[in-house]
Formats: sequence, C-alpha cells, structure tokens
Amino acid sequence: MAEIQIRNVAKTFGTYQALHSIDLTIADQEFMVLLGASGCGKTTLLRIIAGLETPSVGEVWIGGRRVDHLPPRERGIAMVFQNYAVFPHLTVFENVAFGLRMAKLDDRLVRERVERTAGLMHIEALLQRYSGQLSGGQRQRVAVARALAMEPDVILMDEPLSNLDALLRLEMRAELKGVLEASNTTTIYVTHDQVEAMSLADRISVMHQGRIVQAAEPVEVYRNPAAHFVGSFIGNPPMNFITARNQGDGKWQVAGQQFTGPSVASETLEFAIRPEDLSLAETGLQANVRVVEPLGAHILVTCDVEGSLFRAVIDSNSRVKAGDVLHIAPEPDRIRWFDPETTLAVA
Amino acid sequence: MDNRTLPYLLLLPATLFLCVFFLYPFALVAWQAFTNEAGFTLEHFRTMADHWKFPIAFWNTMLLALAVVPVQVVLSITMAMMVTRMQRGRDIMLYIWTIPLGISDLAAGIIWLAIFEQTGFLNSMLYGLGVIEQPTNFLSYQNTWVIFIAIALAEIWRATAIMLVILVAGLGLIPKEYDEAAEVFGASRWQRLWKVTLPLLRPSLQTALILRVILAFEVFAVVAALGGTSLPVLMGETYNYQFELQDGHVAAALALVILAISIAFTLFFLRVLRVPKGAQI
Ligand SMILES: Nc1ncnc2c1ncn2[C@@H]1O[C@H](COP(=O)(O)OP(=O)(O)OP(=O)(O)O)[C@@H](O)[C@H]1O
Ligand SMILES: [Mg+2]
Repeated sequence: MAEIQIRNVAKTFGTYQALHSIDLTIADQEFMVLLGASGCGKTTLLRIIAGLETPSVGEVWIGGRRVDHLPPRERGIAMVFQNYAVFPHLTVFENVAFGLRMAKLDDRLVRERVERTAGLMHIEALLQRYSGQLSGGQRQRVAVARALAMEPDVILMDEPLSNLDALLRLEMRAELKGVLEASNTTTIYVTHDQVEAMSLADRISVMHQGRIVQAAEPVEVYRNPAAHFVGSFIGNPPMNFITARNQGDGKWQVAGQQFTGPSVASETLEFAIRPEDLSLAETGLQANVRVVEPLGAHILVTCDVEGSLFRAVIDSNSRVKAGDVLHIAPEPDRIRWFDPETTLAVA
Repeated sequence: MDNRTLPYLLLLPATLFLCVFFLYPFALVAWQAFTNEAGFTLEHFRTMADHWKFPIAFWNTMLLALAVVPVQVVLSITMAMMVTRMQRGRDIMLYIWTIPLGISDLAAGIIWLAIFEQTGFLNSMLYGLGVIEQPTNFLSYQNTWVIFIAIALAEIWRATAIMLVILVAGLGLIPKEYDEAAEVFGASRWQRLWKVTLPLLRPSLQTALILRVILAFEVFAVVAALGGTSLPVLMGETYNYQFELQDGHVAAALALVILAISIAFTLFFLRVLRVPKGAQI
C-alpha cells in the first residue's frame, strides 16, 4: 500500500521559485505521469519525492507516513534516472542486485530476484557485461530492472525513454506498461512527450511554470483542458483559440458566427476547438487557407480565421488548396471556453 | 598519405626525444652498473649490497614510503571529497592546499628544519609554554625515530597536494547521478564511498598512487635537510657514492635498484587497481 500525498510543496533555488505550492495525491498502484515543458519543475518534484532534494515548504507522505525528513533509502522507493546511472564499475548482474545487496538479502535470494527481473526485462544474456558494453536501450532496461528488483512500493521514473530512438521508444513503452501493470507499484513517470503520457498514464498531471494545472485521466485532459495552457500543450496539432464576444443570454459571437456558450458576464471569452473537431460545411467560420499538408488519411489545413491561426484536420477527399476560402464548422459539443484573464476553463 | 602510418609518424618526434634523453642515459647508467675494465660484472651490486648501510637505507626508504603514502591516500581522498562538496570558495581552498607543491623539496626540508631544530619554532613554543625546561635537539642522531617522524610529516605536508589535485580532477569526472542512485538504492554514506565513489575513482587513484610512490622512493632532499646522515635512504646513498666516494659504478647500481623498485610498484598498482574492459565511466 503506497498512496503518495504531496501537500503544499514549494521549492526555491536561491531566488528562483521552481515549484509553487503543489498539492497532489497519487493513489496506490496508480500510474501517474508528470507532463510539462522543459524547465517546468518535473524533475524537481520527482527528486523531492525521492528525497534527493528537500522541499522549501510542504510535506510528502508515502503510504501514510510522512517522509520529507527521511533519507531516500527509508522511503521505500526505487528510481530510474534520466541518464540511467547504471554503475559502470559493476556488471549488469551486480547493478540489478545493488539495492538487494544493500538491503543485505542473502545470496540465494539475490540471485533468484535478479534472474527473475532480468527475465522480465529480457536482459538475461547481458548479466555478465559492463554498462560500457551495452547499447542505450539495453542500459535503459538494466536501469528499470534495477528498480523492479527492489519490489518497491513506489517507482519514480525521470524521462526514462528520452534517450532512445523512436522505434525503440515505442517498443519499450509498451513493455514498460505491461511490466508495471503486473507489479503492484505506484508509479510516477516524468515526461515531456504527450504521446507517451497519453499511452501510459492512469492519470496525467500537467505542469506549467512550477504549478500543476490539471491532474486528470488522459481523455479528460485532452477533451476538457482545465486551462488554456493544457489545450495548447496537449494535442498535436494543438487546440485552436479565438476571441468570442458576449452577446448576452449565453450567446457568443465568433468571427461573425453565433455560438451558444456559458452564461457569464465577462465581455470576452476564448473560444477553443480541437483541429479534428472542425469540418467543412456550407456555413461556419470563414477561413483563408494558408498551407495544406497531407497526413495520409487526413489533411492538415492551416488557415486564418479573422486574424487567428486555425488548424483543421479534415478528410483527405476534400480538395482544398492554399488560397481557398472555406467555411469550417466546429462540432457544437466539443467547443470549450476559457477566461482570458485567468486562462481557466469556463463551463 | 597512408592513414595507418600517419599516427606513427606523428609520434616519431616525441619517441626520438625520449630515446635521446631517456633511453640513452639509461643505457649508459646500466652499462656503468654492469661493467668494469674487464667487462660484464656484478661486482658493483655486490659492493653496494655488502655495505652495512645498504639494508638500513633500503628499509628506511621502504618504511618511509609505507608511513607516508597510506596517510597521504586517506588525507588526499578526504580533502578531495571536501573540496568537491564545497558550494563556494572551493578554488581558494584548493589553491591554499596546493601551496606546498610550489616549494622545492629542499626548501620544504629547510622549513621543517626551522620548526624542529634546537632554536626552532617548536622548541621556542614548548619552552614558552613551560612544557620543557630548556630547548632540546629533537633531531639528534640518538633518536632517529623523531627524525623519521619529522621527515614523514614534512613529506606529507609537501606532497599530499599532488595526489589531491589528481583526485579532485578524477572526482569531477564522476557524474553525481551515481552517488544519488546509490543513495536511492539504500547505500549509506560509508557504503557509497566504498561501493561507488572509490571504485569509480580507481583510474585517478592509480595515477596518483604510482606518481606518489615513485616520488617516495626518490626521497632525498627532505631527508638530507632534516636527518643529515643519521637516516640513510637509497637516494642519499646514491648521491654519496657518486659525489663523495666518486664511485659512479656503485651509484649506477643503486640507481638501477631504485628504478627496479619503482617499476615493481608501478606494475603492482596497475594490476591491483585495473579497471576491467567496458567498466570505464
Ligand atoms: N539545483 C538547482 N539550482 C538552481 N535552479 C535549479 C536547480 N535545479 C533546477 N533548477 C531550476 O528549476 C527549474 C525546474 O527544473 P527541473 O529540472 O525540475 O525542470 P524539468 O521540468 O525537469 O525540465 P526538463 O524537462 O528539461 O528536464 C528550471 O528552471 C531549473 O533551471
Ligand atoms: Mg527533468
């Protein structure tokens, strides 16, 4: 049982505030992905949970125990480092066995566990090698095996796939998911790759400038972004945004068209729609096509709607070319609204 | 030009230089050591070994190395780790600790003589504090162990920094992630030192030890300054034969003995602190 609670954690380096009062609960055996752009504080948060960094304020609880004053080894965690940190002076076997040896398990048990984990990660053939004799992907497997061998309550992973080539990354991603689902660990997984996040996570925490903007299931994060940032960061191509003017009675004017939206008093809101929720129609937002990119089954149309950049993913049967003037209609129940002041979603 | 001959060609000047200024004199020394008017002989080695001072000089040299080097290893590792951990001021600290490096060994010997001699600092201090009745000569031939300790201290003071510098550079090459990984996987501070840091430091430790041990077998000026003739060492005897007794043959034999010891220890450290293939950082 290892629920992780992060209570009001903040971190400052000198005068730079890397984390602002983070509150997050990760359920037992959950796979939580921390997703965010470079420099948003993902690694810092992970290191605080691991105990490699102390929070400036706030508390960290693991399995009902407050741990923020404890050294890493008393927290019941294992970690996969961004650069693997596979010990170069030890064989793969001794690397995987490292934590078990520190825990003073007897030799037979160590051997058993190492062999079992090695089997799981398909590195049995490499056990007598040194890390200098491994490829990046193999080293990555060793790093994961070393963490799994501990049978920890919590596994922390910092961009473990970022150094692999695209194909290997895909393969390892699926494999990791399988292995971690089979184990009973709570996992926190840091990445800046949204596809990775979507495919692995039970829940995604989207981080931005040292804050958690949204923590929800992948589909929820994608469909109902809690803030402008989430919509613009997740999805490729990202969400389209354009200013809407209040007409009263929950009616909003967007590029000459009227839409039904939230009944709030503010003068303007941001109207947002995902590119794949736009389609060609007789009436709709008037768009001047700038660029057309075939994607196979679809085409990506980049256009100009009343001065705002819009991207639409439409069926490749439509013969659209640069310079055309189109009408694109948003799927009504996929339209989202954001407050331009707070950037938060408005229902 | 052929790509395979180019490296050798580029190495040629340095190789020639070494041959002219090292191998040639070496051959001369070896020639001197192994020949007399009649041709090949081991006579000079016999003369050397039969002299009553030779075993004393040999063991003094060994004991000095044995007393000094381990202390220096521990000290330099500790100091290097301290310097590496320092957030600020580490450069200044490093400069201060390496000051003795800039002083010649004879000068170092004289500095320590100024401390230990009858009119030196130590005497004035102890006398001033009333610990001793009157200034005494610590470095007299009657208590050679005091001389030994004084020499060991001077050597430690003088030559720890050379190891420190090498080890600081070596520590800088070890990514801190290894230490963190060890910490996460349950290693205590002490275990991290023994199981991670020191093994990863092996190449630098090897270099430092080889350099230091070779220098330790060549100890001379500090001994001359502090001990005079009371504590004979191999290098001192070599000097004696060459310049006092004017016997270049025996001096050459002694020099070869020192060289042999140095080579033996170098090979020993190369072997013991060897890093297996593929296990480098
Ligand atoms: N030890 C430190 N001292 C000062 N600033 C730091 C330190 N560690 C991190 N920072 C700063 O804190 C911010 C967050 O860093 P962090 O490493 O957590 O980012 P990240 O989200 O992991 O980014 P990336 O995806 O590039 O790894 C960055 O602006 C970074 O410069
Ligand atoms: Mg990071």
